[in-house]
Amino acid sequence: MDNNTFHHALKIREDLCIGCSHCMNVCPTEAIRVKNGKSVLIAEKCIDCGECFRVCPVSAIIIDHDDFNRIFDYKYRVALIPSVFTGQFPDEISEKQIHSVMMELGFTHIYEVENGVEILVDAINKYAEQNPVQRPLISSFCPAVIRLIQVKFPSLVDNIIRVKPPLDISAGFIIREFAGSGIPAEEVGIFYVTPCAAKIAAIKDPVGESSSSISGVINMDFLFSKVLRQVKQKKSDTCAIPTSGELTARATCWSLTNGEASQLSGRCLAIDEIHNVIEFLEKIENEELNDIDYLELRACDESCAGGVLTTSNRFLTADRLRNRATNRDKAPVQKHPEGFRDISSEKQFLEDNISIDPIKPRSILMLDENMAEAMKKMDRVNRIMMLLPMVDCGICGAPSCQALAQDIVQNNAKIHQCIFIQKILEQKGEMSLEEGVSVMQDIWGFSKTNKYRDLKGI
Amino acid sequence: MMHFEFPIEGGNFLKAGSASSQLKKILKQLNVDPRIIKRVVVAAYEAEVNVVAHAYRGIIMIDIDTSRICIQLVDEGPGIPDIGRAMQMGFSTASPEVREMGFGAGMGLPNIKSNSDELSITSEVGKGTTVKITNYLEQ
Ligand code: SF4
Ligand code: SF4
Repeated sequence: MDNNTFHHALKIREDLCIGCSHCMNVCPTEAIRVKNGKSVLIAEKCIDCGECFRVCPVSAIIIDHDDFNRIFDYKYRVALIPSVFTGQFPDEISEKQIHSVMMELGFTHIYEVENGVEILVDAINKYAEQNPVQRPLISSFCPAVIRLIQVKFPSLVDNIIRVKPPLDISAGFIIREFAGSGIPAEEVGIFYVTPCAAKIAAIKDPVGESSSSISGVINMDFLFSKVLRQVKQKKSDTCAIPTSGELTARATCWSLTNGEASQLSGRCLAIDEIHNVIEFLEKIENEELNDIDYLELRACDESCAGGVLTTSNRFLTADRLRNRATNRDKAPVQKHPEGFRDISSEKQFLEDNISIDPIKPRSILMLDENMAEAMKKMDRVNRIMMLLPMVDCGICGAPSCQALAQDIVQNNAKIHQCIFIQKILEQKGEMSLEEGVSVMQDIWGFSKTNKYRDLKGI
Repeated sequence: MMHFEFPIEGGNFLKAGSASSQLKKILKQLNVDPRIIKRVVVAAYEAEVNVVAHAYRGIIMIDIDTSRICIQLVDEGPGIPDIGRAMQMGFSTASPEVREMGFGAGMGLPNIKSNSDELSITSEVGKGTTVKITNYLEQ
């Protein structure tokens, strides 16, 4: 762990980072700065949305997952896969083939996350009935959105429904199933195949739950190549019958945009993509909209089909899953004799354990805990802002003039990092040229600031 | 003690709410209790939209200290002839056009009242209205 408080699956590899600042410029919570020619993550500001990962031109941002061989630490090895995983594969590769190959790779069981949806739909409707005043209710599905609300919209934390997402419901069911056959929990390893960094953070550092029942996480892009390679090489036509049982149409599409909103009662809206979500939450916070019952908010464009660890084009994935949902009833389903029972057989138990604790706000916007101090700091920020050029060029190593002003007030930066101010200081003779160059080097590193040194003209 | 001022343009619904958004940002940075922020911002938003909907122009003045948040909206406009009636739940002076845009559907003044600790309204027909909203921080 980076930090005692927040686990991030996202890491910036210093050896690979070229300090191009692309990530700093796209981060929706301004969680990145450039120092010594490398990007640095501010742990408490990062919400694990993965926007930085998408834009890194040299793949220096990595998403840490567990070593695949860790599955062999367990006697029973369950792959918990979201439906977007099978949606990654081209149409000619069947679900059965995918499942067979995964069994060959070492899993003993495969279970689809969205089975949990069957328990969840009733639970959400019941929650809405029991909490008639709190509106709009906000889905607990996307961990990046939950973190976004905690840090930027603290007044809305109580709108998040205190109901587990499908992943946790399904994991609870698996453990219960094994326990029912007398198998102790230590022998069961549940490995989640994740489409994003946010889900990893949610598993390693759960919000609203004390611990997670998931034993490990495997990145979806990694497993996708592993499985696809095996399928291609062997032209495998072994067809294991999946142990998971078939998903219903609504469960298949749950993680796509409108998957939740289309299935719940009342006026429900689905918003995807992080900037759209931020824009909408601003409106909710002002109570500009007061007739919405339920909000499905997802950090990724096209929701989990667009997760940062997916490989296939998000629109194709969504289309495949929708087709899969429509064709659902056409072919009768074979049931694996030793497969999992239908999740509804444990409905009562799962419903009794579906609540999560209240989600705590942890604002990153406040300048100080103490209001009087915060007022002093705000005053200073405002005065510094008047001196800055307001061009948001990023040369100071902060994503905006405002961010630099706040960093200065919090003692994390100096005003002469601003190139405009530096020039004036040099002109006034208050800073030497050498000092100016050395400030630039502290931000951008030696190599970037010295490329021109030995050249004469261009 | 801090003081902020933002102008409000009458009739420009594209910008309706921008002053309240600014106010919200400020209060978040000052670590004001989220529940109080919510009340203050909702009251300010309604009052701001009222100015946009009914007046020609206005100004929102915000004074903050560690004990209270005081918002004053002063507008030049038609004024409110009967404040008592305007305060009744469900009554709105918004024109049909304004209502169509989803603003002023009878929520205006009563909603401001329920979200403020102290509310005073003074108005002169043909000249304008002054709305003063105060919320206390430590109750
Ligand atoms: S994951 Fe998102 S919030 Fe975290 S640093 Fe990257 S862009 Fe910023
Ligand atoms: S939308 Fe889905 S894939 Fe994207 S961050 Fe949220 S949970 Fe992860």
